Amino acid sequence: MKSLIDIFDLSISELDELMNVALDIIENPIKYSEKCKGKKLATLFFEPSTRTRLSFEAAMYELGGHVLSMADAVSSSAAKGESVADTAKVISCYADIIAIRHPKEGAALVAANNASVPVINAGDGGHLHPTQTLADLMTIYRKKGSLNNLTIGFCGDLKFGRTVHSLAGAMSRYEGIKFVFISPEELKIPSFVKENFIAKNNIEYVQTTDLKSVMADLDILYMTRVQRERFFNEEDYLRLRDSYILTPPKLDTAKSDLLILHPLPRVNEISVAIDKDPRACYFEQVLNGKYMRMALILKLLEVE
Amino acid sequence: MHIDSIQNGVVIDHIKAGSAMKLYQLLHLDRLDTSVAMIMNVTSRKMGKKDIIKIDAEIDLDLDVIGYVDPKATINIIRDGELVEKKNLDLPKELKNVIKCKNPRCISITEQELPHIFVLTDKETETYRCKYCEVKGQ
Repeated sequence: MKSLIDIFDLSISELDELMNVALDIIENPIKYSEKCKGKKLATLFFEPSTRTRLSFEAAMYELGGHVLSMADAVSSSAAKGESVADTAKVISCYADIIAIRHPKEGAALVAANNASVPVINAGDGGHLHPTQTLADLMTIYRKKGSLNNLTIGFCGDLKFGRTVHSLAGAMSRYEGIKFVFISPEELKIPSFVKENFIAKNNIEYVQTTDLKSVMADLDILYMTRVQRERFFNEEDYLRLRDSYILTPPKLDTAKSDLLILHPLPRVNEISVAIDKDPRACYFEQVLNGKYMRMALILKLLEVE
Repeated sequence: MHIDSIQNGVVIDHIKAGSAMKLYQLLHLDRLDTSVAMIMNVTSRKMGKKDIIKIDAEIDLDLDVIGYVDPKATINIIRDGELVEKKNLDLPKELKNVIKCKNPRCISITEQELPHIFVLTDKETETYRCKYCEVKGQ
């Protein structure tokens, strides 16, 4: 039994396999509409989420399966003090697969170590978010035709941006990759990303606080939101939240085939005016995320 | 300064000077019902200065703990006043309940009876990271 906790739980060939299945789902949705008939997905979201939870639920419904969901974390057993380990053991009795989001870093790993069914990490605090990475990879692949030879700029909250950590890790396995990390000093990329992914794979990278100075170099601009829920101190959040706001003039020097990605939700870090720019791909990411989650559920449930 | 040699027991030798106290604490030697001698800042031909711990009983020691604190330390087993066994150490690949994660956002802080596990991620810099949140061990 396999779970997806970290994007590195999937090899490059498994990622290719998932993307191929997702492409086939897009072409032949009817073929997949009953693949998970009789199977149940439990979505355990101990942290607020709209798109990720609905994306998992839509994915399971489109595969003909069922979804078990809890109303919110406040009404859950966790609010009564149940451990993640116990919750995972209990839910394994009801569901065939679990998608978990939890505010604590490492919670999904604890769930996977205790569940008797596959577990998918749908976000563990500010740590990792591998299924968003699946959406990101699929979007880049569909738009660029390859995942090699790209300069990727990550902008905003790189410290707590779990989607950034997972995508940087995933892209560090491809050839000809360069990273540009654009953030305020307080929200720089954590050392575990630099040591585990960048140094090990000899990836060339630049760290800067100035988006404008690097815009012309980028093939992909991955914008992120400064997340209020990651700060213990409201003052720090208010000081840093407007560090980078992408507006049309800032794209003056950008490449014509730049991809602008964002894991969403956005607050104000991308001006609405950018939505009309053909380089803006963040709503396509959402759709690709659903198809990749469908492919992932099929793989983890070992459905042919 | 004169410290008697032991007849039966364990000598942890060649400890990096200043590290014996950390080792004493992590090995919980304060809980032993036997004599323990900590000799610190001793002149050493090889190392310049070193620490030594002598335990007056042959006990099982957690070699991972010693390897984590100082992989260059050596373990000498003494029986009837003779050195009968010498063990060399290496950095352990994993540490279980030796150090604790200090990241307040880590699941190991709140989850009931979850072991604190650290994984060696860089041998050169002797870096250990929490298995759950990947924050550096301190």
